Amino acid sequence: MTDQRPDVTRREFVGAAIGGAILVPAPLAAQIVKTGDAAHATLSINLSINNEKHTLEVEPRVTLLDALRERLQLTGTKKGCDHGQCGACTVLVNGRRVNSCLRFAVMHEGDEITTVEGLAKDGRLHPMQTAFVEHDALQCGYCTPGQICSAVALLDEWKANTVSAATPDLSRPLSNELSDDEIRERMSGNICRCGAYPNIVTAVRAVYQQEANL
Amino acid sequence: MALRVVGSSVQRKEVFAKVTGLAEYVDDVRLPGMIHGLTIRSTVARGRIREIAFEPGVPWDEFVIVTARDIPGKNIVSLINDDQPYLAEEFVNHLHEPVLLLAHGDKDLLRKARGLVRIEYDPLPAIFQLEDATEVMKSYQITKGDVDSVWAQAAFIVDGEYSTGAQEHVYIETNGMVATYDAEAGVTVRGSLQCPFYLQKALMTLFGLPAGKIRIIQQETGGAFGGKEEYPSMIAGHAALLAWKAGRPVKLVYDREEDMAATTKRHPSRTRHRTAVDSEGRLLAMDIEFTIDGGAYTTLSAVVLSRGTIHAAGPYRCDNIRVRSSALTTNTPPHGAFRGFGAPQSLFALERQMDRVARAAGLSPEELRRRNLLHTGDTSSTGQTMQQPLDLEGLQRRALDAAGFDEKVERFARENRTSARKRGIGFATFMHGAGFTGSGERYLQSVVRLETTAEGKVRILASMTEMGQGTNTVLTQIAAESLGTEYSQVEMARPDTALVPNSGPTVASRTSMIVGKLVEKAAAELKKALPLPCDYSPAEFGECVRQHYASDGAVSAEAHYQEPPGVHWDDANYRGDAYGAYSWATYVAEVTVDTATGEVQVDDFTALQEIGRVLNPVLASGQIEGGVIQGLGWALYENVQWKDGGMVNNQMTNYVIPTSMDVPRMKVLFEEVPYEHGAMGAKGIGELPMDGPAPAVLNAVENALGIDFFHLPLLPEEVLSALGHVG
Repeated sequence: MTDQRPDVTRREFVGAAIGGAILVPAPLAAQIVKTGDAAHATLSINLSINNEKHTLEVEPRVTLLDALRERLQLTGTKKGCDHGQCGACTVLVNGRRVNSCLRFAVMHEGDEITTVEGLAKDGRLHPMQTAFVEHDALQCGYCTPGQICSAVALLDEWKANTVSAATPDLSRPLSNELSDDEIRERMSGNICRCGAYPNIVTAVRAVYQQEANL
Repeated sequence: MALRVVGSSVQRKEVFAKVTGLAEYVDDVRLPGMIHGLTIRSTVARGRIREIAFEPGVPWDEFVIVTARDIPGKNIVSLINDDQPYLAEEFVNHLHEPVLLLAHGDKDLLRKARGLVRIEYDPLPAIFQLEDATEVMKSYQITKGDVDSVWAQAAFIVDGEYSTGAQEHVYIETNGMVATYDAEAGVTVRGSLQCPFYLQKALMTLFGLPAGKIRIIQQETGGAFGGKEEYPSMIAGHAALLAWKAGRPVKLVYDREEDMAATTKRHPSRTRHRTAVDSEGRLLAMDIEFTIDGGAYTTLSAVVLSRGTIHAAGPYRCDNIRVRSSALTTNTPPHGAFRGFGAPQSLFALERQMDRVARAAGLSPEELRRRNLLHTGDTSSTGQTMQQPLDLEGLQRRALDAAGFDEKVERFARENRTSARKRGIGFATFMHGAGFTGSGERYLQSVVRLETTAEGKVRILASMTEMGQGTNTVLTQIAAESLGTEYSQVEMARPDTALVPNSGPTVASRTSMIVGKLVEKAAAELKKALPLPCDYSPAEFGECVRQHYASDGAVSAEAHYQEPPGVHWDDANYRGDAYGAYSWATYVAEVTVDTATGEVQVDDFTALQEIGRVLNPVLASGQIEGGVIQGLGWALYENVQWKDGGMVNNQMTNYVIPTSMDVPRMKVLFEEVPYEHGAMGAKGIGELPMDGPAPAVLNAVENALGIDFFHLPLLPEEVLSALGHVG
């Protein structure tokens, strides 16, 4: 983490609140606008989503996922479990993938957040969206926004030389080839019950190869 | 005529909306004034409700509260036996049974209120396991020949008992509905569902309203697999009751824990086999007892049992077959529809049993099956004569060749001698009947309508729902092909009971074969009603439709289901033509068993099937891959753990389903033998791939270790125990 904000998980946060002393990240404390009832204190936050600025009054325990879906009507990001177990709510925060159900909206002041709605540019689909269409990398479509966001970040992580559990030899520089095993491992946090996995792997590989050839 | 649109892999009809986040699922729906609903459920498995109290802590006067006493019509989820209430009145019969409903605009307050409803029960004794159950919900018997007359002549008799656990659907989108009520218009429900007219029928009973006042609209549906066949009638009724009492739209969406614990699952099962063969390994008798756990209410158990019963003797010819089956009542939440619908359970047992019979007779698994597979002209367990061309020996051999079976059997046996990681290969040969059983399709009387639009397009009106399996795409392809126009010139109406005719439910692998055929017939009628020249291009077709619409208005054409000739079914005795057509398959699994950890890994999977004409090769392969992956989960990972009649591992971290890392290398292969009564020659596909993986995997494990396993899921603990490591 390079930013200065405390990285509080929801579990810790709620736990602290239940314990009686509400935990408020210090840089945000000054922004509390209503403090009469600690459980219902709201904060004013600025979120940058898909290159648009939004100002919201939210309770500190509101997740990024709920803020997107219920406050901003960006319903492309899906709720599958609300516990960080399925990956359907994956969005990009400063280019990195996160489960938006495990983040508080108040943690993302100043971050650039990208959702599935923000991937297409100038009326043209993102190459990953195009690949999902061309390779039929979906069935019911409910996990798809999360799969696509995850896959976009995966390729950036690969380019940044991050390793995974499927990387064969950590002591040597990464080979030039992103193997299917690597893709499967790196996509394994995004569950697809329809079992479109083979085509998802094909779609990710296709975009990787397309970019590698450029 | 060469096919242009059918048989090609056109893009999924709704794919653009699905990759951009624009597809509207039920939780994405917002209506003005909408509030949220919540279900208060029983905390005991069986008991009498003594008292309901609302503890202080929330402003109760702001809440909408619905109990059984509020119900305007009948407190019955109308389906088959009408034994299930929408809300418990005096007694509860399973854990998580709905008792009352709450609604409020503030979700947090609603959650707080949940903890403040105190329900006192006088507990009653409850039954949680099949072994303890005695009350019969439904039973069948299939009798062909006389099994008892041949035991004495048998060269070998093999007994076996097999069992399977429950399986949770885990569609990534949980169940949800949005309901509105208006005195004039009646009830409208939008939601995640498979069968709009099932909901309409159920809500007509619940509200005592005519069909014209119950409108059901399907939203984009995030996976179903049978789990949104019957349960949506419950949640839709609840949402509608709240909306009716509140006078405002109500959204009722389950969270993951509630969905996993309270809604239906695949029926746990137990199958007993006694099989007799002669000295040549030919089947003399198959005596089968098939039992499923129905849970506390009938729901669809009678029909699930029926399909499991009919598939229990599999694709084999045998003159003496007896199948005795029953669904028993327990005090768990009702089990229900799940892809395969009883057939995966009974076929798992059969295909494990056939490997063991082969061993007893000194034959290879292939040879034993080869000597007994059905041929054209043979009769099935129900006495149905196989009319269509059938070459199961060839199908089985080609699957084994494609998997490199013979070479691997030999090589693995050699390599396993010196390795702690034992490899094995096994297979299953099986079938799945497409469409409703017996006379079912005749009773459904399905209808499809096509109509022209002002833009020169044609719209399909049907109640068939898209849930990822490709309904929109395949029905559109069939219509475009039949009309001689482009795929892009045909659109699908949204399933909405106010707008589309009843084409039956989207279940039972019937959409392509049965409803597709109706689309094909309606298209032929529509063509006759348009002033088309003998030869025309798709552009000319569009122009003709547009001009005719401008001058005469919309043209429409309907097709009504007609049973193919020569179909006979005797429901009282379970004799006759059980299904219009069967799809056939051999699946081959290759596994590695780690003898140190007990873990079974599936390395390679070959799925060869004959499903009639393949309408869209990419979508068809996707259906097979997805079904196989669900089947592998059922075989190896998915372990519903029960305590006091409820699922306790009701989260996605501790109920483990396959991820991208659990998927083996897969080969999906098709053989095409067009079926004359199916759309463009198609048969059913959706459920077939659920039937084969589990027995193929356990047969492969036996090949690897020389140990037979009889229960699903096969967990590492059981493997280790059998290897003598623990226990």
